[in-house]
Amino acid sequence: MGERSALLEGLRAYRLIAGMWVRSSMTYRTSFIVTVFGNLLVTGLDFVGILLMFSQVDSLGGWSLPEIAFLYGLSVTAFGIADLVLGSMDVLGARMRDGSFDILLVRPAPVLAQVGADRFALRRLGRITQGAVVLGWALVSVDVDWSVPKALLVPVMVVSGAAIFSAVFVAGAAFQIFAQDAAEVQNAFTYGGTTLLQYPPSVFGKDLVRGVTFMLPLAFVNWVPAAYVLDRPYPIELPGWAAFVSPLVAVACCVLAGMAWRVGLRSYRSTGS
Amino acid sequence: MTALDSADGVDSGFIELDGVEKVFDVRKKTGFMKRERRQVRAVDSISFRVERGEMVGYIGPNGAGKSTTIKMLTGILTPSAGRLRVAGIDPSRERTRLAHRIGVVFGQRTTLWWDLPLVDSYRLMHRMYRIPDARYRENLGRLVELLDLGDLLDVPVRQLSLGQRMRGDIAAALLHDPEVLYLDEPTIGLDVVSKSKVREFLRELNAERGTTVLLTTHDLQDIEQLCKRVMVIDHGRLMYDGPLAGLHEAGESERTLVVDLERELPPIDAPAPARVVRVDGPRQWLAFPASESAAPLVARIAAEYPLVDLSVREPDIEAVIAKMYAEQAERAIS
Repeated sequence: MGERSALLEGLRAYRLIAGMWVRSSMTYRTSFIVTVFGNLLVTGLDFVGILLMFSQVDSLGGWSLPEIAFLYGLSVTAFGIADLVLGSMDVLGARMRDGSFDILLVRPAPVLAQVGADRFALRRLGRITQGAVVLGWALVSVDVDWSVPKALLVPVMVVSGAAIFSAVFVAGAAFQIFAQDAAEVQNAFTYGGTTLLQYPPSVFGKDLVRGVTFMLPLAFVNWVPAAYVLDRPYPIELPGWAAFVSPLVAVACCVLAGMAWRVGLRSYRSTGS
Repeated sequence: MTALDSADGVDSGFIELDGVEKVFDVRKKTGFMKRERRQVRAVDSISFRVERGEMVGYIGPNGAGKSTTIKMLTGILTPSAGRLRVAGIDPSRERTRLAHRIGVVFGQRTTLWWDLPLVDSYRLMHRMYRIPDARYRENLGRLVELLDLGDLLDVPVRQLSLGQRMRGDIAAALLHDPEVLYLDEPTIGLDVVSKSKVREFLRELNAERGTTVLLTTHDLQDIEQLCKRVMVIDHGRLMYDGPLAGLHEAGESERTLVVDLERELPPIDAPAPARVVRVDGPRQWLAFPASESAAPLVARIAAEYPLVDLSVREPDIEAVIAKMYAEQAERAIS
């Protein structure tokens, strides 16, 4: 199977599995409605928080409020998209522990697509909505002399940012396989899960992946191109073209994450229980 | 099927293992930040062939290497050494291609969608395996009938009993007409009725559609009722591969004659190699080689003792295997 058809196969499998999860969540209709409203409420409160902050301060670090909203909206939207598409990859650890990961491996579909679509949840659209609304407000309020490159850069930033965050999710999943590996192999030979308890799932869960690792690529999701759009000097001396390399950084991140995933999967298949 | 046969090479087995090994690197924590590395040979140079249409039982104690073998055969794990082919395909290298030709049922994990009606899981299989519409409808119809799933199709999987779910899982594994079906503990936790339904279905599947079946089990009745051939694995090594009957000989198994006498008597003086192994009031148990007829022994006891009733118990395969393991261990020590 070539890379291209593997990609198409993956997208197809993703669509099929995500569809099943959406239908699953619909079976608990009340619960689904409650979550959707709950999400809207939380999102709304977030807005209130932002507005409160906006009402008290005029600028932050020399950046005006619309400018900060621009940064915030961009990163939240980009993250929201990645979270919607691949946000449940932390289920992988649990899947490996209970053995249901093996079931994905005997299906005729790319494993990454199956893991990515796992627990797909439409309620995650809430975050995207919130980010998009803030971004929209920022775009109309910000004091920028709009040019064609600047206008084009905005959607490019959102897409590149989503790709960078997605790459981080995939790399995090690959890391979960490595971290799991030690515990899982041991567990296969020592009855009971005592050794497993030495590795709380939170160690390689959301906090690590979301908290720490996002810091690095964030610069390219956001700060560098935004500095260009807003005509702001960037704290570090960077060449002018740096504002436009986000897509390249995104591609590089995706390639690296894909490689990490392959290595991770290979290590599972050569050492897993 | 014939075209596939020639493509795979008719002369070779359908499933082929040649000196297959699986070594795990186990890191054991021995102290703070200290790790001890050790290699565990889960599968140790196993070779066997399974022909198309065979039904083989794969048995052994926990941790013997059964699951590891199945996982290598399905492409989940990559062998550390040796050659492995299923339908001419190297499972770990062409996992997705192989997936279209095999069916897998893990007894303790379900492939079905918990919250959705059973039929929704089948529709997913239909699309994921790209099963042609006509064939899907035909297969589903047949499986629903044979596995008695008609009333369950619209029931959410979470509401099914264990036995119903197992039947549902077996149907899910067969919708794409796999040439080989792997079953890992297919009857675990099922009640007697469900067990016999599953067994009856597997027998028919094998007889009528020629599906190759490889099953691991703890339930020796599964093997007795389904498999002509049995493979016993322990410590990653193949200890026995042959007909079920031969397993008794390999383990030098014994049958038991239970006799009820009129009253309590001293142990019966039986001709060797038969001997009394237990006395409980008027009831006595005599062990004799499984390969010998019980008739002369019964005749002799009936002639010399006040016999009320008797019965012959067939050897328990579990005991046979246990004995085989014990002998193997003894040999290893000496």
